Amino acid sequence: MTATLARPKWDWTGIVFAVVLTLVIVFPLIVVGTRAFTNVWRYPSVIPQEFGLKFWNQTLARADVWSSITTSLTLAATVTFLSALICLPAAYAFARLDFPGRNLLFFSFLAGHAFPKFGLPVAIAGIFLQLNLIGTFWGVVLIQLVGTLLFMIWIPVAAFRAVDRRMEEAARDVGASPFRVFWSITLPRAGPTIAAAILLSFVGTFYETEGARLIGAPQVRTLPVLMISFINNQPVIQYGAVLSVLLWVPSFIALLSARRVVNSGSFARGFGG
Amino acid sequence: MSPRCSARRAPWISFSLDVADGELVCLLGPSGSGKSTLLRMVGGFEQPSSGLITIDGQEITHLLPEKRPTGMVFQSHALWTHMNVFKNLAFGLKLRRLPADEIKRRVEGVLELVGLGGYGTRSVTQLSGGQQQRVALARSLVLEPKILLLDEPFASLDQHLRERLREEVRDIQQRLKITTLFVTHGQDEALSMADRVVVMRDGKIEQADRPDVVYREPRTPFVAGFIGTMNLLEGSVSNGVFNRAGFSFPLPVADGPAILAIRPEALDLTAVTENGRAKVHRVTDYGTHGLVDLELPDATRLKASVAHPDLFTTGQSVALTPRAVAAYRDHALIHRS
Repeated sequence: MTATLARPKWDWTGIVFAVVLTLVIVFPLIVVGTRAFTNVWRYPSVIPQEFGLKFWNQTLARADVWSSITTSLTLAATVTFLSALICLPAAYAFARLDFPGRNLLFFSFLAGHAFPKFGLPVAIAGIFLQLNLIGTFWGVVLIQLVGTLLFMIWIPVAAFRAVDRRMEEAARDVGASPFRVFWSITLPRAGPTIAAAILLSFVGTFYETEGARLIGAPQVRTLPVLMISFINNQPVIQYGAVLSVLLWVPSFIALLSARRVVNSGSFARGFGG
Repeated sequence: MSPRCSARRAPWISFSLDVADGELVCLLGPSGSGKSTLLRMVGGFEQPSSGLITIDGQEITHLLPEKRPTGMVFQSHALWTHMNVFKNLAFGLKLRRLPADEIKRRVEGVLELVGLGGYGTRSVTQLSGGQQQRVALARSLVLEPKILLLDEPFASLDQHLRERLREEVRDIQQRLKITTLFVTHGQDEALSMADRVVVMRDGKIEQADRPDVVYREPRTPFVAGFIGTMNLLEGSVSNGVFNRAGFSFPLPVADGPAILAIRPEALDLTAVTENGRAKVHRVTDYGTHGLVDLELPDATRLKASVAHPDLFTTGQSVALTPRAVAAYRDHALIHRS
């Protein structure tokens, strides 16, 4: 008896989805990316008249661009670090300990995202004004910290909950102290998912503009805020394109490092998948 | 060495048990009988509200799990899947700050013992269910615990593998002469492995005896019904005769209610043309023997084991002759014949 495997047919639905997504997501990126590397590109030409790094040189020669890059990186790093410092122990407590008001507190983190977001920074700006935090680095840190709470609590909670308690008990059984169990068993098991949360929070903070503009402007200018002001106020649209390409770098690095996490499925587990 | 362990936990677990050196004791009972809780108390994962747990005369009741000389094997194997087999076994030894070559020697020795020599570099997720459970056993054994605690370790394995591992574990336990507490709800497991079976119900000991004694001389109707197949007939005794739905049997005890227990293999059947006290409901031929389901006039079901099942057919009247019975009243044995 012979049997032949039927050749897999083209999945047309999949192809249509892929094409549409490519057009919607990749096409604008290509346009912006191309514009950043052109010296001359006038309507109605489809292909730029002249390629070159003229605007890169001009953009990178500006002091405000460099200071905003530094600001953005320190800001994102500080916020992520503080967020991890505050949220990871809290997440462990939510996942493993029992205390009064636990569920209410847990859902309150969601509530912060359930209402129109711009209202929150405006209200906070009023308070910050009295505390002289407007226009300061730490003011922006505080407002951006609020934005990271949801990711940095909910994802690690799911990660900690996914760790099999028997594994922890088995470690206690062979002689590990509670701290050692956390360090050698719980953290490595939850690690990839927590790394994903940290990454999300870093990238999210890096691109955040609402809070940064409202609280930080004009003294504290992050890269995205600077880009917006370029696009809004400058006649040279290429500056915006160059900055936008610059802004892809952290996403790209984040995506590369997240690939392992996403592939291993722990990222989906973090969301309860 | 004389490990003693006794625990008492209000309100529902009330327990006192001495385990001898090198003995394998099976805690057997239905789910919710407290057997796992008891084991976890010995391991240190649950606290008794009162009472003492002692090992070798040393009180461990309030010691943390990591300070106890016990080794626990969990039902779900609970191996650390982010470490390979060697690291799983070496973890406890490293905590004890043993030199690296000593750790290597001991880990390899134990892997050899459980039949997994050379598996050290494997990832635990690559192993089969039986191999994973062997690694879990090895992880406990490598630390040479004074008491090995097994919490339904074979429950997630298939029947065939379960039987093989059961024999292996028993062999290893006897070779190492390691005192073992084994929790199971499978009576086969308890009867085939244990030096002593402790039948538990609602957190209390119903009977603690050698497996054959538990099977042949169950001391309470619960044990009688829980171990093996047993016909339990509730009825009453008057003038030295037990009666239930037309079925009577001489029973030399005081008048009153009684539960009569008869093993299927101790119930002889005789085919009769009429006036039979029971009717055949179904006949099952197992090849080596047959099992006849009977129905008394009040629809009570009984089982009888017969050598020649082809002698009986459904609907046929039969006379019942119990060869050996036990009688219980108020959860206690009152008569045996």
